[in-house]
Amino acid sequence: MHAVHQILAVTSMNLRGLPQRIAPSLVVVTGIAGVVGVLLAVLALSQGLSRSLVTSGRADRALLLHAEANSEAASALTRDSVSRIIDSAGIARDARNEPIASAEVPATLRLPRRSDGALGILTVRGVGEKLPALRPEILINEGRMPARGLNELIAGRAARSGFAGLDIGQHVVLGNADWTVVGSFESGGDAHESELLADADTLLSAYQRASFNAVTVKLLEPAAFDTLNRALAADPALAVTAMRESDYYQQRSQKFAKVLAIVARLVAAIMAIGAVFAALNSLYSVVSARTVEIATLRAIGFGGGAVMISVMAEALLLALVGACAGAALTWLLFDGHMVSTVGGGGVANVIFRLHIGGGLIAVGMLWACAIGLIGGLLPAIRAARLPIDTALRAQ
Amino acid sequence: MAAMVSLRKVSKRYRRGAQSVPVLESLDLEVEAGEFLALMGPSGSGKTTLLNLLGGLSRADQGEVRVAGARLDQLSPRALARWRARHIGFVFQFYNLLPVFNAQRNVELPLLLTKLSREQRRHNAQAALALVGLADRGAHRPSELSGGQQQRVAIARALVADPSLLICDEPTGDLDRASADQVLDLLRRLNREQNKTIVMVTHDPRAAAYASRRLNVDKGQLGDDATTVAAT
Repeated sequence: MHAVHQILAVTSMNLRGLPQRIAPSLVVVTGIAGVVGVLLAVLALSQGLSRSLVTSGRADRALLLHAEANSEAASALTRDSVSRIIDSAGIARDARNEPIASAEVPATLRLPRRSDGALGILTVRGVGEKLPALRPEILINEGRMPARGLNELIAGRAARSGFAGLDIGQHVVLGNADWTVVGSFESGGDAHESELLADADTLLSAYQRASFNAVTVKLLEPAAFDTLNRALAADPALAVTAMRESDYYQQRSQKFAKVLAIVARLVAAIMAIGAVFAALNSLYSVVSARTVEIATLRAIGFGGGAVMISVMAEALLLALVGACAGAALTWLLFDGHMVSTVGGGGVANVIFRLHIGGGLIAVGMLWACAIGLIGGLLPAIRAARLPIDTALRAQ
Repeated sequence: MAAMVSLRKVSKRYRRGAQSVPVLESLDLEVEAGEFLALMGPSGSGKTTLLNLLGGLSRADQGEVRVAGARLDQLSPRALARWRARHIGFVFQFYNLLPVFNAQRNVELPLLLTKLSREQRRHNAQAALALVGLADRGAHRPSELSGGQQQRVAIARALVADPSLLICDEPTGDLDRASADQVLDLLRRLNREQNKTIVMVTHDPRAAAYASRRLNVDKGQLGDDATTVAAT
């Protein structure tokens, strides 16, 4: 109990002196706010992209690519292969006993981004007629589905909000033909909301292509994936690789998210070094300004530990104020905002929502505490080890 | 009467760069409980160093330092801090009050190291302020008090935990004559009426005259302690 009293008394003394040290304290708070703000913003990008991609995949759907391809773009499947695939065991069937599957063709479309007017790349996905049964999460919220055989497409909610020219009735040029936007859809915030959907056969004709890129199938149940795999392996005419859709998107997201997470931590770490020095400087000035007062308390009988903890407590308090400021600012600026990946090199943009949630804020708080504690440690040790008799003469 | 302070062959040196400068050399001193001792001497004579040794603020290089029954040279830093809290009250030349706290809170500080409840602490701090004639100044911050009042608050802080020994380092060095007399009167009253043992360092012969015994410190040695003064 005595120790608590001592710590409270010295901490109270230090904190009440804060108004006299407002400038160096603000430097610490601002530095830590900057670290936390940048960290949260970049981590929110990483998490948002990851969430968007991961929610796109479900365990009861499988994606089938050519055996030598590792992505949809690099894969090619003939109509014959597609027919053999969708007749395999393990695939769910609808009321008409037809397999729930969609042979798909991704194409790209360049449109001006709403944010800066620069051209960005969108994926136009040619899909099969079983799409509603295969992806029940896709809901038409305006207009209608594209008709088979017509140059019509529908735009995902994120694509519409990120790109100009996708309102219903507007036209885009795709494969040297004019296509009409006839509807818009949402699909729970997943990556498909960044895409446009059209009839696969019509899209193949527009591009004068004969082969599909991939087939997505609905499994009887998640465990039926093994049945499907065995059936595909048993057919010598097929050379395909099956992946659970959830695994495919998980792999894609991990690659992006990991890079972003590393960038977030690297940038934050560099800024944190600056913040640590600001904290060191400020708290050394606290100890210096309070030398006689600290020595007086030590002379009265206050322990070095109490003095040390009180300096650390001040560092921690400044860090937490900085963390709250940084988190609040980031939340105000970014929470709920839609952002788009930069689709360079022919890679389509993924548009997703940023969310600055409790988990991220907790990460920011932990970083701030670490900066505060590291920055406060040396000044705290100096305060605790002041030779009392020498310090008392410092006035 | 038992000895409150007993120093045997105590030496203390300070380092100045590569040099080791002797401050106290083989010094012996006894102070009885209930005494009011004034230590006088020129600047640099070692009187404040001696005071710091008695108060457990620094350690002797050699010799035995016994104060209020404890061998200070044998205590760990932590035990020494606890011992100071229990046995020593300090009065400094520049008062050393914490400017962010009011007088009441300043006086209460040593009691934070005791087991007293919050109410008891407040009560005792108020009683100590009353003893130094500042019962009505508890809510004032040091900057709102005169120098003499601040030093009386500092004396209240030194007294509040009922220490065995009051250590006063030039307690009137920063005060005008009238305030100094008030403070010295107070110290003498504490010595005579409450039997407080006091060791005071001073340059001022008039201040020293309030003590019951005066010693001169010069070049690390104590002069004759035969001078016993009846203060006027």
